[in-house]
Amino acid sequence: MKRLLFFFLVTIVGLTLIGRVFYLQIIKGDSYKLKSELNAVKSIYDIPERGFIYDRDGDLMVANQVAYDIMMIPKELKKFDTLQLCTLLQMDKTRLKSKIQDAKDWSWQKGSVIVPQLTQEEFAPLQEKLRKFPGFYAQKRSLRKYMVDHSASVLGYIREVSPEKIKKDPRYQSGDLSGKAGIELQYEQELRGKKGVKHFIRDHYGRPKESYENGRYDTIPNSGLDLTVTLDNDLQAYAELLMKNKRGGIVAIEPQTGEILTLVTAPYYDPALLMGRDRSKNSVLIFNDTIKKPGVNRALQAEYAPGSPFKVINALVGLQEGVITTTEKLRCNHGYDYGGRKPLGCHSHQSPLALNTGIAESCNAYFAQVYRRIIEKGSTPEEGMDNWNRHVTSFGLGDYLGYDLPVGRAGLIPDGKYYSSRYKYKWYAPTTISNAIGQGEVITTPIQLANMTAAIANRGYFYRPHIIKAIDGEPIDNPDYTVKNYTTVDARHFEPVVEGMTAVYKTGTAKYAQIPGIEICGKTGTVENFVKIDGKRTQLTDHSVFIAFAPKDNPQIAIAVFVENGYWGSRYAAKIASLLIEKHIKGEITRKDLEKYLLTHSLEYEYEKQYSGEPFEINPKVDKGLIAPQPNALNP
Amino acid sequence: MGIGDKPKFDIYIILIYLALLLIGWLTIYSAAQVSQYHGILDMDQLYGKQILWIGLAFLIISFILAMDVKFFERFGSIIYIISLLSLLGLFVFGKELNGAKSWYSLGSMTLQPSEFAKAATALAVAKFLSGINISLKNTKDLLLVGLIIALPALFIIPQPDPGSALVYGAFFFALHREGLSLWYLSLVLVAIGLFLGTLVLGTWWIALIILIAMTVIYLLSQKRRHKKRLPKPRIILFLIISGVCVLYSLSTNYIFNNLLEDRHRNRIDIVLGRVEDNQGVGYNINQSVIAVGSGGFAGKGLLEGTQTQGGFVPEQETDFIFSAIGEEWGFIGASLVIILFMSLCYRLIIMAERQKNQFARIYGYSVAGIFFIHFFVNIGMVLGLLPTVGIPLPFMSYGGSGLWGFTILLFIFVKLDGHRMSYEH
Repeated sequence: MKRLLFFFLVTIVGLTLIGRVFYLQIIKGDSYKLKSELNAVKSIYDIPERGFIYDRDGDLMVANQVAYDIMMIPKELKKFDTLQLCTLLQMDKTRLKSKIQDAKDWSWQKGSVIVPQLTQEEFAPLQEKLRKFPGFYAQKRSLRKYMVDHSASVLGYIREVSPEKIKKDPRYQSGDLSGKAGIELQYEQELRGKKGVKHFIRDHYGRPKESYENGRYDTIPNSGLDLTVTLDNDLQAYAELLMKNKRGGIVAIEPQTGEILTLVTAPYYDPALLMGRDRSKNSVLIFNDTIKKPGVNRALQAEYAPGSPFKVINALVGLQEGVITTTEKLRCNHGYDYGGRKPLGCHSHQSPLALNTGIAESCNAYFAQVYRRIIEKGSTPEEGMDNWNRHVTSFGLGDYLGYDLPVGRAGLIPDGKYYSSRYKYKWYAPTTISNAIGQGEVITTPIQLANMTAAIANRGYFYRPHIIKAIDGEPIDNPDYTVKNYTTVDARHFEPVVEGMTAVYKTGTAKYAQIPGIEICGKTGTVENFVKIDGKRTQLTDHSVFIAFAPKDNPQIAIAVFVENGYWGSRYAAKIASLLIEKHIKGEITRKDLEKYLLTHSLEYEYEKQYSGEPFEINPKVDKGLIAPQPNALNP
Repeated sequence: MGIGDKPKFDIYIILIYLALLLIGWLTIYSAAQVSQYHGILDMDQLYGKQILWIGLAFLIISFILAMDVKFFERFGSIIYIISLLSLLGLFVFGKELNGAKSWYSLGSMTLQPSEFAKAATALAVAKFLSGINISLKNTKDLLLVGLIIALPALFIIPQPDPGSALVYGAFFFALHREGLSLWYLSLVLVAIGLFLGTLVLGTWWIALIILIAMTVIYLLSQKRRHKKRLPKPRIILFLIISGVCVLYSLSTNYIFNNLLEDRHRNRIDIVLGRVEDNQGVGYNINQSVIAVGSGGFAGKGLLEGTQTQGGFVPEQETDFIFSAIGEEWGFIGASLVIILFMSLCYRLIIMAERQKNQFARIYGYSVAGIFFIHFFVNIGMVLGLLPTVGIPLPFMSYGGSGLWGFTILLFIFVKLDGHRMSYEH
């Protein structure tokens, strides 16, 4: 028995192993043969050139340049002089080591990127010396070349695909570039084109020997498609220039089409910063700055209370619901006492006043009464609120607009349920009275305001805002962007409101921002805002807001400008909007004084206040931001 | 050795040895990735170096066969102690290769003392157990022989090289032949079974299985008692055993997650199919299985294996050499190698059993056990049946230390066997 145990074990183990070999080689042999063939086939990829990006007038914004990735295949690695390679690649030793380890962990066979995206100049000194390091090689790639130094945030940027993406999408490989933000991300599929691939059988030295199956599975690359976007290059550059030293967002839309003419966020940066050798250093500066937040696209992502421009919507809803007429005059007693602790204040102007003057003078009392009537028209406040919500949201507020850029915010337009769950006790229209003047719970993004303005300009409908104009020269026919979205307010109610918005320029709050020869309709806003400093709710200088469209008849541009802490709507936002409208319609600027004011005033002193640690004054009667004239550089 | 006594060396074992050596070298030759071919003696290539190692192995064989046969028994303890010291010395003078401090550096050459420690331990075990008045029934002797086996293993584990330490389990066969109960092996097997079973099925299923198994065994033993009139088995004993098993099963997850290192966990997970990771830690096994599987019945032919020539299987000249055999020589070649190893084990046992001298028999069993474990664990790993354990395939894997260690191990026994007629204790 004892002698047999060992014989028995050897026999069992031997037969098991032979059985396993039989299973692998005879039963499953074909499937493994296929796998090994695929393994031994070397695929050489032909990476197509990424599509160009043109502006609406055909100005080239983004093109390509040649770049080199330094790659490494762990299997081919031989002993090398680490120090020399570190100097050559300008990398420290630990970083190089960790890169090599990552590459080994990812794949023994396949090349991994060690240093990405060297420009031609950066690569030239390396070219000869790299041969001394077996396993390392350079792979030619196409990198973005920016023909403009603005619009970084809307154009987006490209970078190496993440390992997660490679796992999910087999079309990507280590070192491939893909859009990470903005247009580059949104239209990645169109821009990237399709890789071509040639398959080779390797000989036993690992070199490509012959075409695999006579090239049956080879494909030729399809180059990326060129995009024409709706942006106006000149307007875009000018808008960024005007936003220098300020924070906020601008969106301008062509009302007849919904095309986005301008989309600017400030602070901004040069798109070329996110390219080449220093891109990771720069991207830390841009995306990890939690105070200035240049990585946030304020035009799409910043949610602000809309302020007075929102009164226009309340006027429209009031007319639609029949709770006011265009002639009925309401009283303003330097404000409106709705029964709260303190009346809703208002500035000095004539009283009583009707719709037109109400808009022109931006009378808080007038709109408080309009809003109250709208809400109280319902049998309960909830019902009134829901009805109001239905009208307001039909202007594209309170939800993502569905435009073709990858980021955004929904904003908020409250409904009856919102307040019922918020207040334990019964609530009434006055409880929510701040919504009348666009303060309360209502919040919107600049693009929503611009779209709302476009809907007013069109007297009752809007096209969904979009950035794409043509793909590969073919104008888009996507029904998402060519179908009218009607508001719930009838077209006839718009004319009196539009007249009121004209009066804003003629006699009202923006009369200093008139443009000779162009009839503009607009509405200023001065938005109260608060932050928490050391846990204490603190008021900061008001935001300066302006919406406008022009010309009054057959409008060509609808614009929303939001300048953080710029105080009165007329101090910053109205000036910027006015200049941009003039530039778009006339193609030149006649009011150099306005332009000079914007270029020589910085709001940085306002932004620093809350970090000074000392008590500070808000809403300065005189703008204290005068600075020396700035060179026309657009870098932050 | 009597005067004029001609030793008779076993020709079969020598033929098996030479066959494995030849197949091994051809495979190393084939697996080499050469950019410029400079003949088979190219010392820049592994196959060139291996020829040198084989030559030196033949030199070692001549020495062993020419030596006085009594030398090995006489100096067994000293050889063992020197071997232990050489293992300890690694902690101070060792050179680190592939993350393990298992080598001495001698100029451009490296030596791995753990490869020689196997033979030294086998000699020490044989010498100790063949001593007068030594019995495995005696607890003190059992503990002492356990210590002799465990010491080198304990020195090797922290190098770290747990694979090589595992090989010391091979001495069970020698001990079993000398009277150690099979229960010890069963205990180890049950422990491993419960461990893996818990990982795959979970504690509750295992508890259920234990319960059913214990009930069945209890009922069977009741039946047998009537026939054989054995004392009544106590139910409490079964309950305790069941309890211990369940507790062990419960602690499995703790052991697995806290006591094992990541790489060990990964290897076990891959074999159990708990995770699939063909690009990362599972890359080796996956490529190795593809290599073997794609060999088919007749193989792709020497130098024609795409997996082997493309260098897809890492460590293919050393631990994964069997995958190259599977790919290029197919089912025929792979089965041939397995049969050669089986024959090696059978032959060694036959030879061990014919020894009159207890020292030679114990040594023979130890040798057979060591080759068996290497053969089983290495090929099992290459075929994806066992977790990745870094031990070489005897006589085939590239490497001087391994080749010499196994050669010494085998030929000491060939020498002892050759003199079995004249060699008395």
